[in-house]
Formats: sequence, structure tokens, C-alpha cells
Amino acid sequence: MTAMFQTESLCRTFKLPRTRVLGAHASRRALDNINLTVNPGDRLGIVGESGSGKTTLARLLLGLDVPTAGSVSFLGETLPLADMKSFRRQVQAVFQDPRSSLNPRMSVADIVREPLECLNIEESHSARVDESLAAVGLSKEICARFPHELSGGQRQRVAIARALASRPRLLIADEPVSALDVLIRDEVTAVLSGLTTNLGLTLIIISHDLKVIARLCDKILVLHRGIAVEHGAVADVFRSPTHEVTQRLIASVPRMPVARNAP
Amino acid sequence: MLLQVRGLTVRFGDDVVVDDVSFDLDSGQRLGIIGESGAGKTLTSLAVIGLLPDTASVQGSIVFDGVELLEKTDAEMTLLRGNRIGMVFQEPLTALNPLMRVGRQIAQPLRIHRGMRMKAALDRATELCARVGLPDPERMARMFPHQLSGGQRQRIGLAIALACGPSLLIADEPTSALDVTVQEEVLKLIDGLVKQEGSSLVFVSHDLPVVATMTERVAVMRGGKIVELADTRDLLDSPRHEYSQLLIRAANSSDDDFLNLARPGKT
Repeated sequence: MTAMFQTESLCRTFKLPRTRVLGAHASRRALDNINLTVNPGDRLGIVGESGSGKTTLARLLLGLDVPTAGSVSFLGETLPLADMKSFRRQVQAVFQDPRSSLNPRMSVADIVREPLECLNIEESHSARVDESLAAVGLSKEICARFPHELSGGQRQRVAIARALASRPRLLIADEPVSALDVLIRDEVTAVLSGLTTNLGLTLIIISHDLKVIARLCDKILVLHRGIAVEHGAVADVFRSPTHEVTQRLIASVPRMPVARNAP
Repeated sequence: MLLQVRGLTVRFGDDVVVDDVSFDLDSGQRLGIIGESGAGKTLTSLAVIGLLPDTASVQGSIVFDGVELLEKTDAEMTLLRGNRIGMVFQEPLTALNPLMRVGRQIAQPLRIHRGMRMKAALDRATELCARVGLPDPERMARMFPHQLSGGQRQRIGLAIALACGPSLLIADEPTSALDVTVQEEVLKLIDGLVKQEGSSLVFVSHDLPVVATMTERVAVMRGGKIVELADTRDLLDSPRHEYSQLLIRAANSSDDDFLNLARPGKT
């Protein structure tokens, strides 16, 4: 089986602005020697505190950034591919806040259709738009509406539908529910979970919320200051975390007070 | 009764954003306000400390320690804010003055409300830095906000709010911008400080598990209204309003999904 994504000794260093204290050549290693394999059908959660390198890793996987050292390969070929449009058709992204990731001046139909035009997909666009909206549980009537006319959950579902329009094999979602209200989180989580079972989509979820990871993922990568401190099956890592950072993350998840009757 | 809110209604033009809200808070009591965005949680708490934007029109009554706050002028409210009523906001980076060393920012309420000299106020500020659990308080007090981490900044926000020993602390989503691990530390800190000071607490959050552990009474808000107001224990055990039931069911089930995976020894 060819791995969907494989990173080899992936590093990304950012130069810091020149300061009196640190001197001219100070730099910060955002990702340090990451070796990661994502197989087809995997549902991988990437977790860590802010500044741990989660988003940097996502940007490298999406080909939106270039490694300082090491490499990312997609289906055995090193990024950037000669045909990046084909890569974009197969790998799509969903971002944190649909209010900023959706163009407020475009109708829902235009938003979902846009990638089809950008990626030169010949097939009937309207059929693909309907198919994508159906996959996230939105009806066709919503097509003529604009983002401000939608609820938070509908907006994020439109963002997911847009990502699905090119029929990708893999979806990378960077904090897809953390900007949403609690009840809407459940709605969007259910949609994402359905996609992996119904469409066989490979999913990479970036989140600081372990409850989201528990629901959506079967594998987990824990980052701390750019280093992969733990990597394995979610159940194993949650049950017996070996690294102190993971233990702290799990222990600090807010929980409901213990003695309670289910309503 | 420390705080008595009756029929509080806030309007922007024809938009009713807080709708006939009433609640009481005894001295030393902790009230949580929970709800989705746009429910009116923040506007309710801003109304209590008189920080609503000028475009808002307010009706009803807010009695704090026997005094009607809605009749007070801005200048009179200034004497209360940061003195008898302290407030901590969601995003400490925007709540702090970026151009002032944090020690001076903590010293400010002491100088204004207690008439302390700068030297004495700064010394007290350093003590407060230690009190909110900042390591090396002398050095911390000389920092600017951008030199601190999110958790450290929120600790400074707490030090400012608690500098004058307020009878009421209002915390509006104080940990929503923080990492979970830092959130836990800051929540413990708020819990401990409020206990030591004997202050009352109004704790605003969208996160039910957090509200439930921090408070003994909870107001559930939706669309500007309080749909249910009950003791935390009772609310969790037998929520009466349909919306509270939804919130609690969602929180319990996501808790369970997580705990089922994390519970050791279970296969």
C-alpha cells in the first residue's frame, strides 16, 4: 500500500526578526525532524498547545509552505508535484472560521463551484455542487443564499462542501469546530465523521481539543515545540500516554462534575 | 444581597439583545452564565459594570450593595470599576495596555482608588504578581504585555482585577483564548483567589464543564433571555428547559466519548 502522505525528517525553521538580544541569525525551529506516515483511510488527529507546530505541519502537507529540510511526499512523489492542480484535486482543506474562509460576496453555489473552475474540472459543475452539498446534508435550496444568511453550522458545512467538490481523497481540517458554538460543533463533527465512513475519505484533523479528536480520529500525533512526542492509536495514547506533555493534555481536559444522572 | 438584577433589558435600536434578565448574587456566591454566541452573556456582564457602548439603551435595575447602578454617572461608575467590582476579559492581549509595563498597570487601580504613592503601589503590584503565581515577580512586573505568554497575561489581568480586593469579580470567558493546560491552571487560580478574598464571582462562558466546576449556580441564556436559572447541581441532574437539556446532553456525551477512550484498563 502506498502511503497517502509520508514525511521524512521534515523540518521547518523560521528566521526571527533581528533583535538586539538574539542577534541577526536567530531562528526558531517550528518543526523538528517529523517522520509521519498517513495511510489511505486513516483518521489522524494532530494535537498540541499553541506554538507546537500543528498548523505549520498542515501547511507543509498542503504544499502551502516549503520545508527547510526533509521532504513531504504524496503517494510516493515528493512535493511540490509537477502537476499541483492534480494534487489540489486530491487534497483539500477546511479552516477554523467559516466567516473568514467563505467569500461574503459569493453565493453558496458559486463558493462550492469555485474549486471546480480553478482546478479545470470538466464534468457538469452543477451536478458536482449538488453532490457536495448533499454529502454535508445541505439541501439545494441553499444555493442562492450568501454566507451571512446561514447559521454557523451551515457555514462550516458549506466550507466542507467546497472542499469536497473536487472529490478529494484526503481532507485536512485545521481546528474545524473550535470557532463554533457547542451544539453546532456536534453537528459539524457528525458531518465530518460521516464523510470518512460514507466516502472513505482520509482525514487529518488539527485540534487542541482532545474531545474532538476522541470523536473523529483513530490515530494521533502529539506535537510539543515542533517535536513529535507521541504517535499511535488514539485509544492507546489516551489510555496510557507515555510522554509527560500528553499526560498533561489529557489530564487538563475540562470534564463535567462526576456524580450526575443523565438527563 | 450583593447584586440584584431586575428586568435588565438592553437594546440596540429596535434590537433587544438582553431581554428582561433578573438574577441575584449573594456575597461570596458564584454564578455562571452560559449560552451560545449572541445569547447576551457578555452584554449582561458589561451592563453590570457600566461598560455598554453608548449606542445601547438600558432598562431595568441593577442594585449593587444597596446602590442602583443604572442611575450612576460614568464618573461615579469609574469609582466602582477596578475597585469594588473587578473584571477579567477574554483576550488579555487586547485588555492590557501594550505600552505600559505590567507592574504599572497593576499599580494603576491602587493609585486611583487607594491613593497609594507610585513606589508603594509598585511594591504591592510585585506582591500581586507573586499572588497570581507568576515566577520571579520583580522581573515580571517590569515586562510589557507582548513579552508574556497568554497564560501569564491572563494572570496579570487577574492581578489588576483583584488589586483593590473587589467584592465582585466578573470573568468573561477568561480562559477561552488559552491552551487547555494553561486553562486548567488559570481556573484553579481564579478558584483559589476568589475563595481567599471571599469575593462573589460572575463567570461567563460557553463551556459547560468549565462553568459547572467553577460555580454553584448557573443561568442558561439564549436569545437574550435567561431560560433557566438553577443551582448547578440541580441543573446538571434535572434540567427543566429544553435548551439546557440539549446543552447538558451534548456536554455529557462528548465527555463520555472522551472518557471511554481515556479510562485506563478498559478495552
